[in-house]
Amino acid sequence: MTTLLLIKTSLNALSSNKGRSALTILGIVIGVAAIVLIMSLGAGAQTVITSQLGGLGADLVVVRPGRQPTGPSDFAQTLFANSLKARDVGLLKQKTNVPDLIAAVPALVVPGSVTYGSYTSHPEVLGWSAQFMGDVFGVFPEQGEFFTQADIDAKASVVVIGSGVAEDLFGFNDPIGKNVKIGDRNFRVVGVLPSKGQVSLFDLNKLAIIPYTSAQTYLLGIDYYHEVMVRASSPGAVPRMVEDITLTLRAAHRITDPAKDDFFVVTQQGIVEQVQTILSALTAFLTMVVAISLVVGGIGVMNIMLVSVTERTREIGLRKAVGATDSDILRQFLIEAIFLTVAGGIAGVLIGSSLGFLLTLALGSVLGIEWTFTFPYVGALLAVGVSMLVGLVFGIYPARQASRKNPIEALRYE
Amino acid sequence: MDLIDVRRLQKSYETGEVQTGVLHGISFTIKKGEFVSIMGPSGSGKSTLLHILGFLDRPTKGEYYFDGQQAGAYTSQESAKIRNNRIGFVFQSFNLLPRISVLENVKLPLLYSDVPENEWDARAARAVEEVGLSHRMHFQPSQLSGGERQRVAIARALINDPDVIFADEPTGNLDSKSGTQVLELIDDLHNNGHTVILVTHETYTAEYADRVITLKDGLLESDRKIERRNHGGLLK
Repeated sequence: MTTLLLIKTSLNALSSNKGRSALTILGIVIGVAAIVLIMSLGAGAQTVITSQLGGLGADLVVVRPGRQPTGPSDFAQTLFANSLKARDVGLLKQKTNVPDLIAAVPALVVPGSVTYGSYTSHPEVLGWSAQFMGDVFGVFPEQGEFFTQADIDAKASVVVIGSGVAEDLFGFNDPIGKNVKIGDRNFRVVGVLPSKGQVSLFDLNKLAIIPYTSAQTYLLGIDYYHEVMVRASSPGAVPRMVEDITLTLRAAHRITDPAKDDFFVVTQQGIVEQVQTILSALTAFLTMVVAISLVVGGIGVMNIMLVSVTERTREIGLRKAVGATDSDILRQFLIEAIFLTVAGGIAGVLIGSSLGFLLTLALGSVLGIEWTFTFPYVGALLAVGVSMLVGLVFGIYPARQASRKNPIEALRYE
Repeated sequence: MDLIDVRRLQKSYETGEVQTGVLHGISFTIKKGEFVSIMGPSGSGKSTLLHILGFLDRPTKGEYYFDGQQAGAYTSQESAKIRNNRIGFVFQSFNLLPRISVLENVKLPLLYSDVPENEWDARAARAVEEVGLSHRMHFQPSQLSGGERQRVAIARALINDPDVIFADEPTGNLDSKSGTQVLELIDDLHNNGHTVILVTHETYTAEYADRVITLKDGLLESDRKIERRNHGGLLK
């Protein structure tokens, strides 16, 4: 019997019981739809994050204390590492050490909220140089102005706040010149950032910037930095500059073995690669979890195929009596099972990608970002291929049962 | 040459440790073109004998030569091939597939044959015509009467132009009128040169044959030729 005929025969058998066929493949449909959905969202997220991180600036690198984190415990030690101090920044700024450097600015993260009278706001409070924001990201105050290097040197108690923070604390009143409380200390508002939303890694609306020296002295009581942002003269100079920074800091910290470095340099390229690695791993993990549901779906198909074989015992007997070989019967039932699961796979791809498309539209409009839908070609092909495999694996047992039926017994079966 | 030649045929079934003998050594020959009835009370082993002769089962002991070839030597695949193109079966309960048309049912053996696909429809249509059901060609089995269903089954048995037609109680589920029609159709096949082996327990059915083999308790009780009676054939 030719394969084409077998397919026709199988189609006839399946279409004579449409409702049950549809229910049988439901498990496969859901499993494949979930896989395709996850893969399409994962690919979309990667594009979004990559383009967002691209905003960090290709000429910018960040020097962090501690070891390059490779696991959760490494992240913890980074927070408490105290290896980057004012002396290091001074050394980096010397032209003889790092010739490609045009700016180096320390940064600290200050926990806590900002209050004004009875009003409270919860922005991200950074000990930083506000001017750097203008230099690197081209963002300048909407009202007032940035604090200056002189303010930083004098450890002035001044703050630049985001528009969201201003609204939280002052409503429609003018915030410039008012004193807000961060921790236990009063800071005078000198500038308000424009409401631009997300810029690079910062949500401008929810930001409060104070001089890093003030953050160290009044709020954190430490003499080291959480990180140092360094800008190169051009994106092309970044690799050479990273090399120079590494050599300078190693010499300053008397480190001979690179494995014992107490700092690391993060580049935009590095972050993008890291995030992509994490996202790919996450997508792969989710896909594997969902793949288990395909196995469950396969067991469902096997069950129904077994029922179907029993129901069609007489048919099998008759086919054998008129000349069907064991392998004809085996192939007929196997093709039925594969047909079921592949149909389920294709339906799953259609449903999964439609859901992915709709979710992309929804996420894009809710988050206000450009999130484009990516059809996961590889994932779709893979899912249909795996469905076929599931049909083969879980169809073989019922098909064997069918092919081994004794024609006499089968014909007698009522 | 003898079409069928069985020698000391034995068949027993094992159920757990109990062995039940069904056939205890049966020998006879059937020539091409004969119309033989196999008779006997239920439990006499006539169905088992028919299954062995029809390549649906194998004997426990003894030899079966089909057209000069030792049947025991065939693989299950070769047996399937013989069932397909040298044997036609007609069953008591018709065994038509539901939900497909008369024509498709008649075509079924062709699916497993070497006949090219473009000849199937014409061949099946001719077979349906031969049993006088051209007007029912596209009906489903459930829309037919019992007699019509059995005629469809006969058309299906004929489609590959077999050497021998085995009919296992073909009138068992029919009223006497349609039973007679079916028997006369089978008689016509015989008159057209087909070898027919009919299993029955009804004497009047058996007497369409020109030879009656009677079994009792798994042994051959009698084997007699009978005077050919003159039946008015349906398709004459």
